[in-house]
Amino acid sequence: MAFLKAVYTIWYRDLLRFLRDRSRIVSSLGQPLLFLIVFGNGLAPAVAAGMGGVDFRAFLFPGILSMAVLFTAVFSAVSIVWDREFGFLKEVLVAPVSRTAVALGKVAGGSTTAMIQGLLIMLLAPLVGVRFTPSQVITLIFMMILVAATMTSFGILVAARMRSMEGFHMIMNFLLMPMFFVSGAFFPLRQVPLWMEWLARVDPLTYGVDAIRQTALRGLVPEPVLQVLVLHPMEVNLIALIAFWMLFLVPAVWLFRKTE
Amino acid sequence: MNAIETERLTRRFGDFVAVREVSFAVRAGELFAFLGPNGAGKTTTINMLCTLLRPTSGTARVGGHDIVREPDAVRRRIGLVFQDPSLDDRLTAWQNLRFHAMLYDVPRRVFEERARRLLDLVELTDHAHQEVGTFSGGMKRRLELARGLLHEPKVLFLDEPTLGLDPQTRRHIWDYILRLRDSEGTTVFFTTHYMDEAERADRIAIIDHGRIIALDTPENLKATIGGDVILMRTSDDARAAARLQEALGLEPRVTWEGVLIEVARGDQMIPRLLEAFRDGAEPPLIVHSISLRRPSLEDVFIKLTGRAIREEEASPLDRMRLSRRLWSRR
Repeated sequence: MAFLKAVYTIWYRDLLRFLRDRSRIVSSLGQPLLFLIVFGNGLAPAVAAGMGGVDFRAFLFPGILSMAVLFTAVFSAVSIVWDREFGFLKEVLVAPVSRTAVALGKVAGGSTTAMIQGLLIMLLAPLVGVRFTPSQVITLIFMMILVAATMTSFGILVAARMRSMEGFHMIMNFLLMPMFFVSGAFFPLRQVPLWMEWLARVDPLTYGVDAIRQTALRGLVPEPVLQVLVLHPMEVNLIALIAFWMLFLVPAVWLFRKTE
Repeated sequence: MNAIETERLTRRFGDFVAVREVSFAVRAGELFAFLGPNGAGKTTTINMLCTLLRPTSGTARVGGHDIVREPDAVRRRIGLVFQDPSLDDRLTAWQNLRFHAMLYDVPRRVFEERARRLLDLVELTDHAHQEVGTFSGGMKRRLELARGLLHEPKVLFLDEPTLGLDPQTRRHIWDYILRLRDSEGTTVFFTTHYMDEAERADRIAIIDHGRIIALDTPENLKATIGGDVILMRTSDDARAAARLQEALGLEPRVTWEGVLIEVARGDQMIPRLLEAFRDGAEPPLIVHSISLRRPSLEDVFIKLTGRAIREEEASPLDRMRLSRRLWSRR
Protein backbone atom coordinates (compact mmCIF):
# COMPACT_ATOMS: atom_id res chain seq x y z
CA MET A 1 0.00 0.00 0.00
CA ALA A 2 2.79 2.40 0.98
CA PHE A 3 4.57 1.25 -2.16
CA LEU A 4 1.65 2.17 -4.40
CA LYS A 5 1.22 5.49 -2.66
CA ALA A 6 4.88 6.33 -3.34
CA VAL A 7 4.48 5.41 -7.03
CA TYR A 8 1.38 7.57 -7.14
CA THR A 9 3.19 10.49 -5.47
CA ILE A 10 6.05 10.53 -7.97
CA TRP A 11 3.56 10.17 -10.82
CA TYR A 12 1.45 12.98 -9.41
CA ARG A 13 4.40 15.36 -9.26
CA ASP A 14 5.30 14.71 -12.90
CA LEU A 15 1.73 15.30 -13.95
CA LEU A 16 1.45 18.46 -11.86
CA ARG A 17 4.65 19.86 -13.35
CA PHE A 18 3.44 19.02 -16.83
CA LEU A 19 0.04 20.63 -16.40
CA ARG A 20 1.47 23.75 -14.75
CA ASP A 21 3.77 24.33 -17.67
CA ARG A 22 1.21 25.43 -20.26
CA SER A 23 3.78 27.18 -22.42
CA ARG A 24 5.72 23.93 -22.77
CA ILE A 25 2.59 22.08 -23.81
CA VAL A 26 1.79 24.62 -26.47
CA SER A 27 5.35 24.94 -27.75
CA SER A 28 5.78 21.17 -27.92
CA LEU A 29 2.84 21.10 -30.31
CA GLY A 30 4.66 23.47 -32.64
CA GLN A 31 7.26 21.06 -33.96
CA PRO A 32 4.91 18.19 -34.85
CA LEU A 33 2.56 20.68 -36.47
CA LEU A 34 5.42 22.06 -38.52
CA PHE A 35 6.44 18.60 -39.68
CA LEU A 36 2.92 17.64 -40.50
CA ILE A 37 1.91 20.76 -42.38
CA VAL A 38 5.14 21.78 -44.10
CA PHE A 39 6.83 18.44 -44.53
CA GLY A 40 3.60 16.64 -45.27
CA ASN A 41 2.30 19.09 -47.83
CA GLY A 42 5.72 19.62 -49.35
CA LEU A 43 6.48 15.97 -49.92
CA ALA A 44 2.99 14.67 -50.66
CA PRO A 45 3.02 15.40 -54.43
CA ALA A 46 6.60 14.17 -54.87
CA VAL A 47 6.08 10.81 -53.21
CA ALA A 48 2.51 10.23 -54.33
CA ALA A 49 3.57 7.65 -56.96
CA GLY A 50 5.20 5.36 -54.41
CA MET A 51 2.45 5.47 -51.80
CA GLY A 52 -0.02 3.15 -53.52
CA GLY A 53 -2.76 5.74 -53.41
CA VAL A 54 -2.36 6.69 -49.75
CA ASP A 55 -2.12 10.38 -49.00
CA PHE A 56 1.41 10.98 -47.65
CA ARG A 57 0.06 13.30 -44.98
CA ALA A 58 -2.18 10.55 -43.66
CA PHE A 59 0.80 8.18 -43.76
CA LEU A 60 2.96 10.68 -41.92
CA PHE A 61 0.46 11.43 -39.19
CA PRO A 62 0.99 8.26 -37.10
CA GLY A 63 4.75 8.81 -37.42
CA ILE A 64 4.43 12.33 -36.02
CA LEU A 65 2.25 10.97 -33.23
CA SER A 66 4.99 8.47 -32.36
CA MET A 67 7.61 11.19 -32.52
CA ALA A 68 5.75 13.34 -29.99
CA VAL A 69 5.31 10.38 -27.65
CA LEU A 70 8.97 9.35 -28.00
CA PHE A 71 10.43 12.75 -27.20
CA THR A 72 8.06 13.62 -24.37
CA ALA A 73 8.71 10.24 -22.74
CA VAL A 74 12.48 10.43 -22.97
CA PHE A 75 12.63 14.04 -21.83
CA SER A 76 10.55 13.31 -18.78
CA ALA A 77 13.02 10.56 -17.86
CA VAL A 78 15.84 13.05 -18.18
CA SER A 79 14.27 15.08 -15.45
CA ILE A 80 16.00 12.56 -13.16
CA VAL A 81 19.37 13.98 -14.21
CA TRP A 82 17.95 17.44 -13.78
CA ASP A 83 16.60 16.60 -10.32
CA ARG A 84 19.91 15.19 -9.24
CA GLU A 85 21.81 18.25 -10.41
CA PHE A 86 19.38 20.60 -8.81
CA GLY A 87 18.94 18.69 -5.62
CA PHE A 88 15.32 17.66 -5.74
CA LEU A 89 16.16 13.97 -6.07
CA LYS A 90 17.74 14.09 -2.61
CA GLU A 91 14.44 15.05 -1.06
CA VAL A 92 12.97 11.90 -2.58
CA LEU A 93 15.91 9.65 -1.73
CA VAL A 94 15.91 10.44 2.01
CA ALA A 95 12.17 9.92 2.25
CA PRO A 96 10.99 6.59 3.65
CA VAL A 97 9.93 5.26 0.25
CA SER A 98 11.27 2.39 -1.82
CA ARG A 99 13.61 3.34 -4.66
CA THR A 100 11.83 0.86 -6.89
CA ALA A 101 8.63 2.80 -6.26
CA VAL A 102 10.41 6.03 -7.21
CA ALA A 103 11.63 4.54 -10.51
CA LEU A 104 8.23 3.04 -11.32
CA GLY A 105 6.51 6.32 -10.46
CA LYS A 106 8.84 8.04 -12.88
CA VAL A 107 7.91 5.56 -15.63
CA ALA A 108 4.23 6.09 -14.88
CA GLY A 109 4.65 9.87 -14.92
CA GLY A 110 6.60 9.88 -18.19
CA SER A 111 4.07 7.58 -19.83
CA THR A 112 1.12 9.67 -18.76
CA THR A 113 2.54 12.99 -19.88
CA ALA A 114 3.64 11.49 -23.20
CA MET A 115 0.19 10.01 -23.70
CA ILE A 116 -1.47 13.38 -23.03
CA GLN A 117 0.90 14.97 -25.50
CA GLY A 118 -0.13 12.31 -28.03
CA LEU A 119 -3.81 13.03 -27.40
CA LEU A 120 -3.20 16.70 -28.16
CA ILE A 121 -1.54 15.75 -31.44
CA MET A 122 -4.55 13.58 -32.26
CA LEU A 123 -6.67 16.73 -32.17
CA LEU A 124 -4.72 17.83 -35.25
CA ALA A 125 -5.76 14.75 -37.23
CA PRO A 126 -8.64 16.40 -39.12
CA LEU A 127 -6.11 18.87 -40.59
CA VAL A 128 -4.69 16.04 -42.71
CA GLY A 129 -7.98 14.26 -43.30
CA VAL A 130 -7.55 11.53 -40.69
CA ARG A 131 -10.57 10.59 -38.56
CA PHE A 132 -10.87 8.08 -35.74
CA THR A 133 -13.70 5.97 -34.41
CA PRO A 134 -14.00 5.77 -30.62
CA SER A 135 -12.57 2.25 -30.57
CA GLN A 136 -9.57 3.44 -32.61
CA VAL A 137 -8.99 6.21 -30.07
CA ILE A 138 -8.97 3.70 -27.22
CA THR A 139 -6.55 1.38 -29.02
CA LEU A 140 -4.32 4.34 -29.85
CA ILE A 141 -4.24 5.50 -26.22
CA PHE A 142 -3.24 2.01 -25.17
CA MET A 143 -0.50 1.85 -27.82
CA MET A 144 0.82 5.30 -26.95
CA ILE A 145 1.05 4.36 -23.26
CA LEU A 146 2.98 1.21 -24.17
CA VAL A 147 5.40 3.09 -26.43
CA ALA A 148 5.80 5.84 -23.83
CA ALA A 149 6.45 3.38 -20.99
CA THR A 150 9.08 1.62 -23.10
CA MET A 151 10.82 4.85 -24.00
CA THR A 152 10.63 6.33 -20.48
CA SER A 153 12.25 3.16 -19.12
CA PHE A 154 14.91 3.55 -21.79
CA GLY A 155 15.44 7.15 -20.71
CA ILE A 156 15.78 6.20 -17.04
CA LEU A 157 18.20 3.43 -17.91
CA VAL A 158 20.36 5.96 -19.73
CA ALA A 159 19.94 8.65 -17.07
CA ALA A 160 20.38 6.43 -13.98
CA ARG A 161 24.15 6.81 -13.88
CA MET A 162 24.45 10.07 -15.71
CA ARG A 163 25.81 13.09 -13.87
CA SER A 164 25.56 15.84 -16.44
CA MET A 165 23.21 17.22 -19.03
CA GLU A 166 26.00 17.16 -21.64
CA GLY A 167 26.16 13.37 -21.50
CA PHE A 168 22.49 13.25 -22.09
CA HIS A 169 22.63 15.43 -25.17
CA MET A 170 25.18 13.06 -26.61
CA ILE A 171 22.86 10.12 -26.10
CA MET A 172 20.11 12.10 -27.76
CA ASN A 173 22.17 12.70 -30.88
CA PHE A 174 23.67 9.26 -31.18
CA LEU A 175 20.75 7.10 -30.09
CA LEU A 176 17.47 8.93 -30.12
CA MET A 177 17.62 10.61 -33.52
CA PRO A 178 18.77 7.43 -35.34
CA MET A 179 16.13 5.48 -33.46
CA PHE A 180 13.52 7.87 -34.71
CA PHE A 181 14.78 8.01 -38.31
CA VAL A 182 15.00 4.26 -38.94
CA SER A 183 11.67 3.55 -37.24
CA GLY A 184 9.68 4.15 -40.39
CA ALA A 185 7.97 7.21 -38.96
CA PHE A 186 8.82 9.33 -42.01
CA PHE A 187 8.85 6.82 -44.86
CA PRO A 188 7.69 3.26 -45.53
CA LEU A 189 10.33 0.68 -44.64
CA ARG A 190 9.84 -1.09 -47.95
CA GLN A 191 12.73 -1.36 -50.41
CA VAL A 192 15.21 0.17 -47.99
CA PRO A 193 18.85 -1.07 -47.84
CA LEU A 194 19.40 -4.26 -45.86
CA TRP A 195 21.36 -2.51 -43.09
CA MET A 196 18.48 -0.17 -42.45
CA GLU A 197 16.05 -3.03 -42.39
CA TRP A 198 18.14 -4.67 -39.68
CA LEU A 199 18.52 -1.50 -37.67
CA ALA A 200 14.77 -1.05 -37.85
CA ARG A 201 14.32 -4.56 -36.52
CA VAL A 202 16.28 -3.84 -33.32
CA ASP A 203 14.67 -0.43 -32.92
CA PRO A 204 11.84 -0.60 -30.36
CA LEU A 205 10.19 2.41 -31.91
CA THR A 206 9.67 0.57 -35.25
CA TYR A 207 7.13 -1.68 -33.57
CA GLY A 208 5.42 1.26 -31.92
CA VAL A 209 5.17 3.24 -35.14
CA ASP A 210 3.88 0.19 -37.00
CA ALA A 211 1.23 -0.54 -34.37
CA ILE A 212 0.10 3.08 -34.19
CA ARG A 213 -0.01 3.35 -37.98
CA GLN A 214 -2.06 0.18 -38.44
CA THR A 215 -4.55 1.36 -35.87
CA ALA A 216 -4.77 4.90 -37.19
CA LEU A 217 -5.08 4.08 -40.91
CA ARG A 218 -7.44 1.12 -40.66
CA GLY A 219 -10.73 2.10 -42.30
CA LEU A 220 -9.17 5.16 -43.90
CA VAL A 221 -7.04 3.23 -46.38
CA PRO A 222 -8.22 0.21 -48.42
CA GLU A 223 -7.19 -3.05 -46.74
CA PRO A 224 -4.84 -4.31 -49.55
CA VAL A 225 -2.96 -1.00 -49.48
CA LEU A 226 -2.71 -1.12 -45.69
CA GLN A 227 -1.24 -4.61 -45.93
CA VAL A 228 1.56 -3.22 -48.08
CA LEU A 229 2.41 -0.49 -45.56
CA VAL A 230 2.23 -2.73 -42.50
CA LEU A 231 5.43 -4.43 -41.35
CA HIS A 232 4.34 -6.89 -38.68
CA PRO A 233 1.08 -8.37 -37.41
CA MET A 234 -0.31 -6.48 -34.41
CA GLU A 235 0.54 -9.32 -32.00
CA VAL A 236 4.18 -9.25 -33.04
CA ASN A 237 4.31 -5.50 -32.41
CA LEU A 238 2.72 -5.91 -28.99
CA ILE A 239 5.04 -8.70 -27.93
CA ALA A 240 8.10 -6.86 -29.21
CA LEU A 241 7.15 -3.67 -27.37
CA ILE A 242 6.51 -5.47 -24.09
CA ALA A 243 9.78 -7.36 -24.47
CA PHE A 244 11.73 -4.15 -25.10
CA TRP A 245 9.96 -2.49 -22.19
CA MET A 246 11.04 -5.23 -19.78
CA LEU A 247 14.52 -5.25 -21.29
CA PHE A 248 14.85 -1.55 -20.34
CA LEU A 249 12.77 -1.44 -17.17
CA VAL A 250 14.44 -4.19 -15.15
CA PRO A 251 18.03 -2.89 -15.42
CA ALA A 252 16.76 0.71 -15.11
CA VAL A 253 15.14 -0.02 -11.75
CA TRP A 254 18.14 -2.06 -10.64
CA LEU A 255 20.60 0.71 -11.51
CA PHE A 256 18.43 3.31 -9.86
CA ARG A 257 18.31 1.29 -6.64
CA LYS A 258 22.07 0.96 -6.62
CA THR A 259 22.76 4.68 -6.89
CA GLU A 260 23.96 6.10 -3.62
CA MET B 1 17.26 8.83 25.57
CA ASN B 2 19.84 9.97 23.05
CA ALA B 3 18.58 11.21 19.69
CA ILE B 4 21.82 10.31 17.92
CA GLU B 5 24.56 7.90 18.95
CA THR B 6 27.58 7.03 16.87
CA GLU B 7 30.30 4.53 17.61
CA ARG B 8 33.59 4.66 15.74
CA LEU B 9 31.74 5.81 12.63
CA THR B 10 34.12 5.75 9.66
CA ARG B 11 33.85 6.48 5.96
CA ARG B 12 36.59 6.09 3.39
CA PHE B 13 36.59 7.18 -0.25
CA GLY B 14 39.34 5.03 -1.71
CA ASP B 15 42.47 5.87 0.26
CA PHE B 16 41.01 9.05 1.69
CA VAL B 17 39.46 8.78 5.14
CA ALA B 18 36.72 11.41 5.22
CA VAL B 19 35.40 10.48 8.68
CA ARG B 20 37.61 8.63 11.12
CA GLU B 21 36.20 6.66 14.08
CA VAL B 22 33.82 9.35 15.19
CA SER B 23 31.91 8.64 18.42
CA PHE B 24 29.45 11.01 20.05
CA ALA B 25 25.94 11.23 21.42
CA VAL B 26 23.34 13.95 20.97
CA ARG B 27 20.69 14.20 23.67
CA ALA B 28 17.01 14.49 22.80
CA GLY B 29 15.99 18.13 22.42
CA GLU B 30 19.56 19.33 22.12
CA LEU B 31 20.84 21.92 19.63
CA PHE B 32 24.08 20.32 18.54
CA ALA B 33 26.70 21.87 16.27
CA PHE B 34 29.28 20.19 14.10
CA LEU B 35 31.95 22.85 13.61
CA GLY B 36 34.88 22.52 11.27
CA PRO B 37 36.54 23.83 8.14
CA ASN B 38 35.44 22.76 4.68
CA GLY B 39 36.40 19.20 3.89
CA ALA B 40 36.59 18.24 7.58
CA GLY B 41 33.98 15.51 7.11
CA LYS B 42 30.83 17.32 8.24
CA THR B 43 28.66 16.60 5.22
CA THR B 44 29.92 13.04 4.97
CA THR B 45 28.84 12.49 8.58
CA ILE B 46 25.40 13.96 7.93
CA ASN B 47 24.99 11.86 4.80
CA MET B 48 25.75 8.72 6.78
CA LEU B 49 23.39 9.67 9.61
CA CYS B 50 20.54 10.30 7.18
CA THR B 51 21.15 6.99 5.32
CA LEU B 52 22.30 8.53 2.03
CA LEU B 53 25.78 7.04 2.47
CA ARG B 54 26.79 3.73 4.03
CA PRO B 55 29.56 3.85 6.64
CA THR B 56 32.72 1.90 5.84
CA SER B 57 32.80 0.75 9.46
CA GLY B 58 31.31 1.65 12.82
CA THR B 59 27.66 2.12 13.71
CA ALA B 60 25.18 4.87 14.42
CA ARG B 61 21.66 5.03 15.76
CA VAL B 62 19.31 7.88 14.97
CA GLY B 63 16.03 8.14 16.86
CA GLY B 64 16.84 4.73 18.35
CA HIS B 65 17.26 2.96 15.00
CA ASP B 66 20.34 1.61 13.28
CA ILE B 67 21.22 3.61 10.16
CA VAL B 68 22.36 0.55 8.19
CA ARG B 69 19.91 -2.11 9.30
CA GLU B 70 16.77 0.03 9.62
CA PRO B 71 17.17 2.86 7.10
CA ASP B 72 13.42 3.29 6.59
CA ALA B 73 12.77 3.66 10.32
CA VAL B 74 15.55 6.29 10.47
CA ARG B 75 14.18 8.14 7.42
CA ARG B 76 10.74 8.42 8.96
CA ARG B 77 12.24 10.07 12.05
CA ILE B 78 14.49 12.67 10.46
CA GLY B 79 14.04 15.94 8.63
CA LEU B 80 16.69 17.45 6.41
CA VAL B 81 17.80 20.76 5.03
CA PHE B 82 20.59 20.19 2.54
CA GLN B 83 23.42 22.46 1.57
CA ASP B 84 21.90 22.78 -1.90
CA PRO B 85 18.25 23.73 -2.28
CA SER B 86 16.16 20.66 -3.00
CA LEU B 87 12.81 22.24 -3.75
CA ASP B 88 10.88 21.83 -6.97
CA ASP B 89 11.15 25.28 -8.53
CA ARG B 90 8.26 24.67 -10.89
CA LEU B 91 5.77 23.98 -8.12
CA THR B 92 4.32 26.36 -5.56
CA ALA B 93 5.43 26.40 -1.92
CA TRP B 94 2.21 24.68 -0.93
CA GLN B 95 2.62 21.97 -3.59
CA ASN B 96 6.17 21.32 -2.41
CA LEU B 97 4.88 20.80 1.11
CA ARG B 98 2.03 18.64 -0.14
CA PHE B 99 4.45 16.47 -2.06
CA HIS B 100 6.58 16.04 1.06
CA ALA B 101 3.54 15.08 3.11
CA MET B 102 2.62 12.44 0.54
CA LEU B 103 6.12 10.97 0.60
CA TYR B 104 6.01 10.79 4.40
CA ASP B 105 2.45 9.54 4.52
CA VAL B 106 1.07 12.48 6.50
CA PRO B 107 -2.76 12.36 6.32
CA ARG B 108 -4.27 15.20 4.33
CA ARG B 109 -6.16 16.91 7.14
CA VAL B 110 -3.18 16.75 9.50
CA PHE B 111 -1.01 18.06 6.68
CA GLU B 112 -3.14 21.13 6.01
CA GLU B 113 -3.18 22.18 9.63
CA ARG B 114 0.58 21.68 10.10
CA ALA B 115 1.52 23.26 6.78
CA ARG B 116 -0.45 26.38 7.65
CA ARG B 117 1.17 26.65 11.08
CA LEU B 118 4.71 26.06 9.76
CA LEU B 119 4.32 28.51 6.89
CA ASP B 120 3.14 31.00 9.44
CA LEU B 121 6.20 30.37 11.62
CA VAL B 122 8.60 30.99 8.74
CA GLU B 123 6.47 33.90 7.54
CA LEU B 124 5.68 32.54 4.10
CA THR B 125 1.90 32.39 4.42
CA ASP B 126 1.46 35.15 1.84
CA HIS B 127 3.65 33.28 -0.64
CA ALA B 128 2.11 29.84 -0.17
CA HIS B 129 0.69 29.70 -3.68
CA GLN B 130 3.58 31.34 -5.44
CA GLU B 131 5.96 29.33 -7.61
CA VAL B 132 9.16 28.53 -5.68
CA GLY B 133 11.27 29.54 -8.69
CA THR B 134 10.43 33.16 -7.91
CA PHE B 135 11.66 32.91 -4.28
CA SER B 136 14.86 34.50 -2.93
CA GLY B 137 17.59 32.32 -1.41
CA GLY B 138 16.42 33.17 2.10
CA MET B 139 12.77 32.36 1.33
CA LYS B 140 13.76 29.00 -0.11
CA ARG B 141 15.72 28.18 3.03
CA ARG B 142 12.76 29.07 5.21
CA LEU B 143 10.47 26.90 3.12
CA GLU B 144 12.93 24.02 3.40
CA LEU B 145 13.01 24.44 7.17
CA ALA B 146 9.22 24.26 7.29
CA ARG B 147 9.23 21.27 4.97
CA GLY B 148 11.85 19.47 7.07
CA LEU B 149 9.55 19.70 10.09
CA LEU B 150 6.31 18.81 8.31
CA HIS B 151 6.36 15.12 9.27
CA GLU B 152 7.33 15.95 12.87
CA PRO B 153 10.78 14.39 12.82
CA LYS B 154 12.60 13.53 16.03
CA VAL B 155 15.83 14.93 14.63
CA LEU B 156 16.29 17.79 12.19
CA PHE B 157 19.56 17.81 10.26
CA LEU B 158 20.76 21.12 8.85
CA ASP B 159 23.80 21.00 6.60
CA GLU B 160 25.31 24.51 6.50
CA PRO B 161 21.84 26.05 6.73
CA THR B 162 22.97 29.59 5.95
CA LEU B 163 25.69 29.00 3.35
CA GLY B 164 25.60 31.63 0.64
CA LEU B 165 23.10 33.88 2.39
CA ASP B 166 23.79 37.48 3.34
CA PRO B 167 24.39 38.33 7.04
CA GLN B 168 20.93 39.76 7.63
CA THR B 169 19.20 36.76 6.11
CA ARG B 170 21.49 34.47 8.10
CA ARG B 171 20.35 36.11 11.30
CA HIS B 172 16.71 35.69 10.30
CA ILE B 173 17.18 32.04 9.44
CA TRP B 174 18.61 31.49 12.90
CA ASP B 175 15.68 33.21 14.52
CA TYR B 176 13.43 30.76 12.68
CA ILE B 177 15.54 27.73 13.58
CA LEU B 178 15.47 28.65 17.28
CA ARG B 179 11.77 29.46 17.17
CA LEU B 180 10.96 26.18 15.42
CA ARG B 181 13.04 24.23 17.89
CA ASP B 182 11.28 25.85 20.82
CA SER B 183 7.78 25.28 19.44
CA GLU B 184 8.38 21.75 18.09
CA GLY B 185 10.90 20.50 20.66
CA THR B 186 12.92 18.85 17.89
CA THR B 187 16.54 17.78 18.30
CA VAL B 188 18.62 19.86 15.88
CA PHE B 189 21.94 18.69 14.50
CA PHE B 190 23.66 21.23 12.29
CA THR B 191 27.00 21.70 10.58
CA THR B 192 28.67 25.02 10.09
CA HIS B 193 32.00 26.67 9.57
CA TYR B 194 30.77 29.96 11.03
CA MET B 195 31.88 30.47 14.64
CA ASP B 196 29.00 32.77 15.53
CA GLU B 197 26.50 30.12 14.45
CA ALA B 198 28.17 27.40 16.49
CA GLU B 199 27.96 29.70 19.56
CA ARG B 200 24.19 29.24 19.56
CA ALA B 201 24.42 25.49 20.11
CA ASP B 202 23.97 23.73 23.43
CA ARG B 203 27.06 21.70 22.63
CA ILE B 204 29.66 21.79 19.88
CA ALA B 205 31.73 19.03 18.36
CA ILE B 206 34.80 20.45 16.65
CA ILE B 207 35.83 18.27 13.73
CA ASP B 208 39.04 18.47 11.75
CA HIS B 209 40.45 16.02 9.20
CA GLY B 210 37.61 13.60 9.89
CA ARG B 211 38.18 13.44 13.65
CA ILE B 212 36.35 15.00 16.57
CA ILE B 213 39.00 16.95 18.44
CA ALA B 214 36.78 18.55 21.09
CA LEU B 215 33.20 18.24 22.28
CA ASP B 216 31.65 20.45 24.93
CA THR B 217 29.42 23.45 25.60
CA PRO B 218 30.60 26.73 24.02
CA GLU B 219 31.38 28.12 27.52
CA ASN B 220 33.48 25.12 28.55
CA LEU B 221 35.34 25.12 25.25
CA LYS B 222 36.21 28.77 25.67
CA ALA B 223 37.16 28.18 29.32
CA THR B 224 39.93 25.83 28.13
CA ILE B 225 41.69 29.04 27.17
CA GLY B 226 43.01 30.55 30.37
CA GLY B 227 41.39 33.94 30.80
CA ASP B 228 42.03 36.54 28.09
CA VAL B 229 43.44 36.61 24.60
CA ILE B 230 45.89 39.32 23.57
CA LEU B 231 46.50 40.00 19.92
CA MET B 232 49.66 41.90 18.98
CA ARG B 233 50.69 43.12 15.59
CA THR B 234 54.34 43.94 15.13
CA SER B 235 56.85 44.60 12.41
CA ASP B 236 58.16 41.02 12.76
CA ASP B 237 55.72 38.63 14.42
CA ALA B 238 58.04 35.62 14.48
CA ARG B 239 60.81 37.49 16.22
CA ALA B 240 58.34 39.12 18.62
CA ALA B 241 56.97 35.70 19.60
CA ALA B 242 60.46 34.37 20.26
CA ARG B 243 61.28 37.42 22.38
CA LEU B 244 58.14 37.04 24.51
CA GLN B 245 58.83 33.37 25.10
CA GLU B 246 62.40 34.16 26.16
CA ALA B 247 61.70 37.20 28.31
CA LEU B 248 58.35 36.35 29.91
CA GLY B 249 58.09 32.57 29.55
CA LEU B 250 54.82 32.90 27.55
CA GLU B 251 53.63 30.57 24.78
CA PRO B 252 52.65 32.95 21.99
CA ARG B 253 51.27 31.68 18.66
CA VAL B 254 51.84 33.37 15.34
CA THR B 255 48.72 33.44 13.15
CA TRP B 256 47.60 35.37 10.10
CA GLU B 257 46.03 37.89 12.48
CA GLY B 258 49.24 38.52 14.43
CA VAL B 259 50.77 37.16 17.63
CA LEU B 260 48.21 35.52 19.95
CA ILE B 261 48.88 35.19 23.67
CA GLU B 262 46.60 33.54 26.22
CA VAL B 263 46.93 34.86 29.75
CA ALA B 264 44.88 34.88 32.94
CA ARG B 265 44.89 38.70 33.40
CA GLY B 266 45.35 40.41 30.08
CA ASP B 267 45.07 43.96 31.48
CA GLN B 268 48.08 43.39 33.73
CA MET B 269 50.09 41.64 31.03
CA ILE B 270 50.04 44.45 28.45
CA PRO B 271 52.54 46.76 30.28
CA ARG B 272 54.90 43.82 30.76
CA LEU B 273 54.69 42.99 27.05
CA LEU B 274 55.76 46.51 26.13
CA GLU B 275 58.58 46.31 28.68
CA ALA B 276 59.89 43.19 26.98
CA PHE B 277 60.45 45.10 23.75
CA ARG B 278 62.55 47.84 25.37
CA ASP B 279 65.87 46.00 25.29
CA GLY B 280 67.38 47.92 22.41
CA ALA B 281 67.87 44.94 20.11
CA GLU B 282 68.68 45.70 16.47
CA PRO B 283 66.75 46.17 14.28
CA PRO B 284 64.13 47.52 16.67
CA LEU B 285 60.79 45.66 16.90
CA ILE B 286 57.88 48.00 16.30
CA VAL B 287 54.55 47.23 17.95
CA HIS B 288 51.71 48.34 15.65
CA SER B 289 48.81 47.44 17.87
CA ILE B 290 47.77 45.47 20.94
CA SER B 291 44.22 44.35 21.58
CA LEU B 292 42.62 42.44 24.39
CA ARG B 293 39.55 40.21 24.09
CA ARG B 294 37.62 37.41 25.72
CA PRO B 295 38.42 34.06 24.09
CA SER B 296 36.26 33.09 21.10
CA LEU B 297 35.60 29.72 19.52
CA GLU B 298 38.04 30.76 16.85
CA ASP B 299 40.74 30.89 19.55
CA VAL B 300 39.72 27.43 20.70
CA PHE B 301 40.00 26.14 17.16
CA ILE B 302 43.42 27.73 16.69
CA LYS B 303 44.60 26.30 19.98
CA LEU B 304 43.46 22.82 18.95
CA THR B 305 44.64 22.78 15.36
CA GLY B 306 47.18 25.57 15.02
CA ARG B 307 45.08 26.96 12.16
CA ALA B 308 42.17 29.32 11.77
CA ILE B 309 38.87 28.52 10.07
CA ARG B 310 38.62 31.10 7.39
CA GLU B 311 36.31 32.00 4.60
CA GLU B 312 39.14 31.84 2.10
CA GLU B 313 39.29 28.12 2.66
CA ALA B 314 36.12 27.63 0.63
CA SER B 315 36.66 24.62 -1.58
CA PRO B 316 36.25 24.82 -5.37
CA LEU B 317 32.98 22.91 -4.96
CA ASP B 318 31.66 25.53 -2.54
CA ARG B 319 32.61 28.28 -4.91
CA MET B 320 30.72 26.52 -7.71
CA ARG B 321 27.79 26.10 -5.36
CA LEU B 322 27.82 29.78 -4.50
CA SER B 323 27.98 30.90 -8.07
CA ARG B 324 25.15 28.55 -8.95
CA ARG B 325 23.10 30.12 -6.19
CA LEU B 326 23.78 33.57 -7.52
CA TRP B 327 22.68 32.49 -10.96
CA SER B 328 19.58 30.74 -9.81
CA ARG B 329 18.51 33.62 -7.62
CA ARG B 330 17.25 35.65 -10.55
